[in-house]
Amino acid sequence: MSWMPAEEVEFFLHRLIPALNDGLLVTLALIVPSSLFGLAGGIVVGSLRVYGGALWGRLAGAYAAIFRGTPLVIQLVILYFGLPGLGITLSPYAAAVIGFTLCSAAYHSEYVRGGLRAVRRGQLLAAQALGFSPWKAVVWIVIPQAVRKALPGCGNELIYLIKYSSLAYVVTCFELTGQAKIIASESFRFSEVFFVAGLYYLIMVTVASKFLQWIESRLKIPGFGTL
Amino acid sequence: MRVVGISKRLGGRRILDAIHLELFKGQTKVLIGPSGGGKSTLLQCMNYLIFPETGFIELEGQTIDPRNTKALCAFRQQVGMIFQDFNLFDHLTAVDNVAIALRKVRGWSRRQALERAMAELERVGLADKATLYPAELSGGQKQRVSIARALAMDPKVMLLDEPTSALDPELVSEVLAVIRALAQGGMTMVMATHQMGFARAVADEVLFMENGRIIEQGPPAALLTPGAATRTLDFCSQLEGGI
Repeated sequence: MSWMPAEEVEFFLHRLIPALNDGLLVTLALIVPSSLFGLAGGIVVGSLRVYGGALWGRLAGAYAAIFRGTPLVIQLVILYFGLPGLGITLSPYAAAVIGFTLCSAAYHSEYVRGGLRAVRRGQLLAAQALGFSPWKAVVWIVIPQAVRKALPGCGNELIYLIKYSSLAYVVTCFELTGQAKIIASESFRFSEVFFVAGLYYLIMVTVASKFLQWIESRLKIPGFGTL
Repeated sequence: MRVVGISKRLGGRRILDAIHLELFKGQTKVLIGPSGGGKSTLLQCMNYLIFPETGFIELEGQTIDPRNTKALCAFRQQVGMIFQDFNLFDHLTAVDNVAIALRKVRGWSRRQALERAMAELERVGLADKATLYPAELSGGQKQRVSIARALAMDPKVMLLDEPTSALDPELVSEVLAVIRALAQGGMTMVMATHQMGFARAVADEVLFMENGRIIEQGPPAALLTPGAATRTLDFCSQLEGGI
């Protein structure tokens, strides 16, 4: 980096990059559990919306409507600043993970619901006619097909999660964007700092997309459209 | 197998009206009649894919209680069902379509199930298509796989719901050949069809259904000989004249 003045090199290598790397670790620590719990929750909520009957179906539908229908920032603020009023105090990290999980589950449930609905009724009839119990028919026939139909949507939700994890700074959980904000306001180098932080997100999303493409190609089956 | 007094209403309309039917081992009965006459519903009631409102089904002297899920699944394993639109499992290859119920319902090992599945595919002439997915098969091939899938469960009775109606005309004969071989091999079958030539050649008895009732029944020779003053013959000549 001989083309850069020494103090610039100093700033990038010894201030910005270490701080953003710290933030990156926090971001990853937010994304990994939130995406896994979010997906699991989305499968449960989505399944309830299709097979849950009147009561559970309606409750699951209401959950999805509320969490998809309100801004994530508001959900996070209520979790972190509102719940202590009810005697529940969450750490910034816990508040962020819970907020992301609840929001992500609501979106996943929509894709899961669509995937389950897209499995033709005849598939279930054929399984029943062969003597499958309802439970076995869902596990061996419906879910393998629904997963393939829901995958593109659920993958998209993972990409969104990576980006909306930047809202964790609202509840004072200092991940990538939070660190960038601190460095930027200390150094007044807003454009450089956020440009580099943006690159970090771009790289994460690229890696995640490659991972999703790999899963889709592993699960590809003729007749299941463009996966 | 006996069907006793099956009735079913859907949306206030009476689809099946106290149907009685007796089926003896090795018999082939053919259901014919206009669309909406209740043929499909009757077949689906016969393995409780649709629950009838009154009446019951008896298999080898045993009455089936459809509310007992375990008994119902055991009963359905003994009754093979062939659908008009095949209903192959879209995410499984031909051989896995045949093997899956053996593995997951019967609890066979993977190897055992695949071996049996290959044998069944050979029987319907599709051993060379074993690794293809349903989307890669023609309609006739799909229907033959679905017949292999039903046969692998060693059913005591086969119910066939217009197995050739969704096929292009040139694919009908390959499927009918498989079904004819089954009938000649002594399989007990009830088949809804519009293939009159086939009904004449294979059926022990023809049942003519209209408005949820069996209006006429008898050996095809009696119902379908030219000049017989039957509703069945009337319907068939319309059908064949129309083509």
